[in-house]
Amino acid sequence: MGTGLKRKDLLGTRDLSPEEIGLILDTAISMKEIASRDIKKVPTLRGKTIINLFYEPSTRTRTSFEIAGKWMSADVINISTSSSSVVKGETLKDTGLTLQAMHPDVVVIRHSAAGAPQILAGLLKASVINAGDGAHEHPTQALLDLFTIREKRGTLAGLKVAIVGDILHSRVARSNIFAMQKMGMQVRVCGPPTMLPRYMDRLGVEVFSRIEPAIADVDIIMMLRIQLERQGGGLFPTLREYSKLFGLNLDRLKAAKQDVLIMHPGPINRGVEISPEVADGPYSLILNQVENGVAIRMAVLYLLAGGQAAAN
Amino acid sequence: MPGGPMSQRREKAQILDAAGITRAITRIAHEIVERNNGVQDVVLVGLRSRGVDLAHRIAVKLEEIEGTKVPVGALDITLYRDDLGKAETQPVVRRTEIPFAINDKKVVLVDDVLYTGRSCRAAMDALMDLGRPRLIQLAVLVDRGHRELPIRADYVGKNMPTSHQEQVQVLLTEEDGVDRVVILEEKAD
Repeated sequence: MGTGLKRKDLLGTRDLSPEEIGLILDTAISMKEIASRDIKKVPTLRGKTIINLFYEPSTRTRTSFEIAGKWMSADVINISTSSSSVVKGETLKDTGLTLQAMHPDVVVIRHSAAGAPQILAGLLKASVINAGDGAHEHPTQALLDLFTIREKRGTLAGLKVAIVGDILHSRVARSNIFAMQKMGMQVRVCGPPTMLPRYMDRLGVEVFSRIEPAIADVDIIMMLRIQLERQGGGLFPTLREYSKLFGLNLDRLKAAKQDVLIMHPGPINRGVEISPEVADGPYSLILNQVENGVAIRMAVLYLLAGGQAAAN
Repeated sequence: MPGGPMSQRREKAQILDAAGITRAITRIAHEIVERNNGVQDVVLVGLRSRGVDLAHRIAVKLEEIEGTKVPVGALDITLYRDDLGKAETQPVVRRTEIPFAINDKKVVLVDDVLYTGRSCRAAMDALMDLGRPRLIQLAVLVDRGHRELPIRADYVGKNMPTSHQEQVQVLLTEEDGVDRVVILEEKAD
């Protein structure tokens, strides 16, 4: 007896039900086992075509989707727009329709404009997966974060999380807030006032502008990267000052619980938002997150493309 | 298992009761020992999910007979099925757990019902991706006929000719609270 995700696309965690989230996490458990085999191959998506359409640079997410697709025998094509006709001025719509004419089964898109995946989803028959759209959502990141926490702690409900950093520009924070609250977790956000959205508390999160009270008695601390390429200036005086006030180092960790878990979506700025000792320390789940990213993306690809669940 | 929703089916007949299942497992265990001249290098791999329960029961019997613990693994064939996309709903993928190498081993696949043979085909493909067994044998509790592939069982609990409209349902204490095997048919309205 199965259920499947009764949807064509995965655009965000905001409209996922707790049951759907649970299904994706449970499926990822089975997928993770494949990574431990000698022959990392199952025939499930044989003959399916997956196109990774990345308008923004990425190491983790794109490689993760590529490996996930290939381990399931799909044909994966990577388009990084810096070397495509987009530099000639081709619009998103035309790019989408061009790809549609080649009959992909799944298009994974990362774009700097919020809503771009939704536009593509309306245009294409293929399943569209949002790999990050502007500051809006990054659903597979939130799902792999939940998976990592659940794997370590056994459960999700009742856990307290503090997300620290540039909340204003963070799609990872948003997707995590929606997903975590659905699974019964309590979320706090923390950052300099210049990087905290004005009505943040309306999302049901506690807002802190100092890190020490934010991380006291939480079970998980999630650090966000200071996005050097996003801001010209004016949001913080210097990296050094940011690090001094909001960086996570061993000293600051003394304010937190003994067994607190440390997470970071990557890539980390060593010595800025997180010190090397904390990033490489025993309670850091940063590399677990990366490993689980492949399993979660395999689960999402399987649930959307492994069968004609919703498309017809 | 293929077929319509359970609620529109009614029980036509019971073909094995608890005692019948136990006897079948005992006989299958003895046949495995006989065919393989003992249980050296024999491993049991059950197909999720009731095949796993049956494999554990066979392993218990084998230990009684030969005094040796035979390793038992659980195989989920969902990712190897040839009918993904045909079913209305998607099967839930469960974990494959085979905590031992199968290279050069005599693998006895265990399933509850043998019907078209496609599950067995998927199981063999999955096993080949996990290693190179010396040989593969198939043990099933019920063989209901209607093979669609050239596959046969080495050990059979009960042969039961059925029609396509019928469904064979195996219920086991571990999962269903009771031990019986029944034939279901479409409910006449």
